[in-house]
Amino acid sequence: MKKEIRLMKGNEAMAEAAILAGVDAYFGYPITPQSEIIEYLMSANTAERTGMQVLQAESEIASINMVYGAAGCGKRALTSSSSPGISLKMEGISYLAGAELPCVIVNVVRAGPGLATIQPSQSDYFQAVKGGGHGDYKLIVLAPSTVQESVDFIRLSFDLAFKYRNPVMILTDGIIGQMMEKVELFEQHPRLSEPPTWATRGKKPGEKSTVVTSLHLESEDMEQVNLRLQAKYREIEKKEVRFESYRCEDAEVLFVAFGSSARIARKAMDLARMKGIRAGLLRPITLFPFPVEEIRRLAGQVSGMLTVEMNAGQMVEDVRLAVNGRVPVEHFGRFGGMIPGPEEILDALETRLEEWHQKQPA
Amino acid sequence: MAEQSIISPENLVYKKTDVMTDRELHYCPGCGHGTAHRVLAEAIEELGIQSETIGVAPVGCSVLAYYYLNVDMQEAAHGRAPAVATGIKRVLPEKYVFTYQGDGDLAAIGTSETIHACNRGENILIVFVNNGIYGMTGGQMAPTTLPGMKSSTCPMGRDVKTMGNPLKITELVAQLPGTHYVTRQSVHTPGNVRKAKRAIRKALEYQKEDKGTCLVEIVSNCPSGWKMNAVDSNKWMEENMLPFYPLGDIKVPGKGLVNGGKDGG
Repeated sequence: MKKEIRLMKGNEAMAEAAILAGVDAYFGYPITPQSEIIEYLMSANTAERTGMQVLQAESEIASINMVYGAAGCGKRALTSSSSPGISLKMEGISYLAGAELPCVIVNVVRAGPGLATIQPSQSDYFQAVKGGGHGDYKLIVLAPSTVQESVDFIRLSFDLAFKYRNPVMILTDGIIGQMMEKVELFEQHPRLSEPPTWATRGKKPGEKSTVVTSLHLESEDMEQVNLRLQAKYREIEKKEVRFESYRCEDAEVLFVAFGSSARIARKAMDLARMKGIRAGLLRPITLFPFPVEEIRRLAGQVSGMLTVEMNAGQMVEDVRLAVNGRVPVEHFGRFGGMIPGPEEILDALETRLEEWHQKQPA
Repeated sequence: MAEQSIISPENLVYKKTDVMTDRELHYCPGCGHGTAHRVLAEAIEELGIQSETIGVAPVGCSVLAYYYLNVDMQEAAHGRAPAVATGIKRVLPEKYVFTYQGDGDLAAIGTSETIHACNRGENILIVFVNNGIYGMTGGQMAPTTLPGMKSSTCPMGRDVKTMGNPLKITELVAQLPGTHYVTRQSVHTPGNVRKAKRAIRKALEYQKEDKGTCLVEIVSNCPSGWKMNAVDSNKWMEENMLPFYPLGDIKVPGKGLVNGGKDGG
């Protein structure tokens, strides 16, 4: 059967993907540059199509707690926002992680700090990957670089969220959220019918009641919960790393970039190749778990790495941790909503290359 | 021997409801929470809806309400219970959903969630225990602390000029079209216990009819926070809390606001 191909805006494509993925409920609050998600869902007649509930909450805080309630009932619950709104959601996200509830949070990142600007940015990398809210927890973080991936990752995110009982964040930005691209949609998936055993659904007679909580007052208990969470994160690190390599086989220098930056870095890589520089590009798709092993492997092959990020240098820290000093790792970034061009990325690479060559022993 | 023969099934006139667990309550002696739990549990039992009920516990003294209420429950972040209950009710509309919240949770940090859930007319029951103080954190000022009343953060008494007035949130939400039944009760005398249970039962019955939010406030005591013994705290509650928070229905289905919604009728 020929699948449907449509030209869609990133945000709207994610909204349609949510309906097709059999999501039970969406709770959100408008914020640029992602309001198309709730607007699309509100006009898509979801109640009739799949029975999906869509509600505009009074705040980001309320919406993430509505997600908590629905997720606690074992339902597929989705929310979306952009940076300042995600900051507000962080309290709820910590509770979701603590109570081990599956859900998906889309962050269409805009520049910060503060109210800053609505232009695209990747400055929420730390917030997404290092926790963001209080306590030792991890989100699974997926970074699409196309509208197609934005669609595919909605489904993947819910699969991962339920597999590990963990919140998943799709970390995208205003470029991918707002641009239109060709996209192949997947077929309609049914909504969940049978609630998982951990979900509140009304206690059957004779059964023990089910409690969804992140509260464990005894330190001994709380340590065990933390150990269990950490064991889960180690398992996720082992099994769920996703990345894409472009021309890394013979690369002597490596770009590392995710999301929309990776698209621009790829162009810079092509320009470098035309100038005779054997550049490669590694694009982490999962930001947690991070492709540590692959970066470590490539550190044995290249003379240096340059991360390209629309921030002041965040992912570069994880690349450095993976490389552990074996080769130089530098960062090139534009921020505040400025988008780097391939030429300036190439310039940055060439400057670094000179430095790296000078440092090498004769 | 005599005692043994008296304690026999046929002589029992009162039995603990199965909707309460056997766990020993952690509440302070004389605190109203235990009785408030019990009337809620008994109302659930009488309606036969234990297996169709999902509760939401707050942050505060009743954070561990799920230790005692034998129904499926979710523990919410501070003040967020009405939002969590909204999430539950929207995906499981056929279930009975309630929140159990104190004054700090419901009327300070959770004011927004409370007002908007009521304004949307979420088809849930909010049980609001108002004792005018933060019990769990050790007796600090609450949004409902009376003018002049002492707490650890207003040791000279609440000065309304700098600390604001007590918030009558129950009267406030009664004004919203989304609320269906709003009432203020107490559990400090046997008669009041019976009335409070009746109110909760009524509110749960309305939920079946999908009429909007029902809020049952229970004015209660806090012997530890008020630094009084149980008997004195109930007396103090009658003399000070109840004139400010008068008992009775504030909004009644079919009739609307009682006494203009100013206070209990």
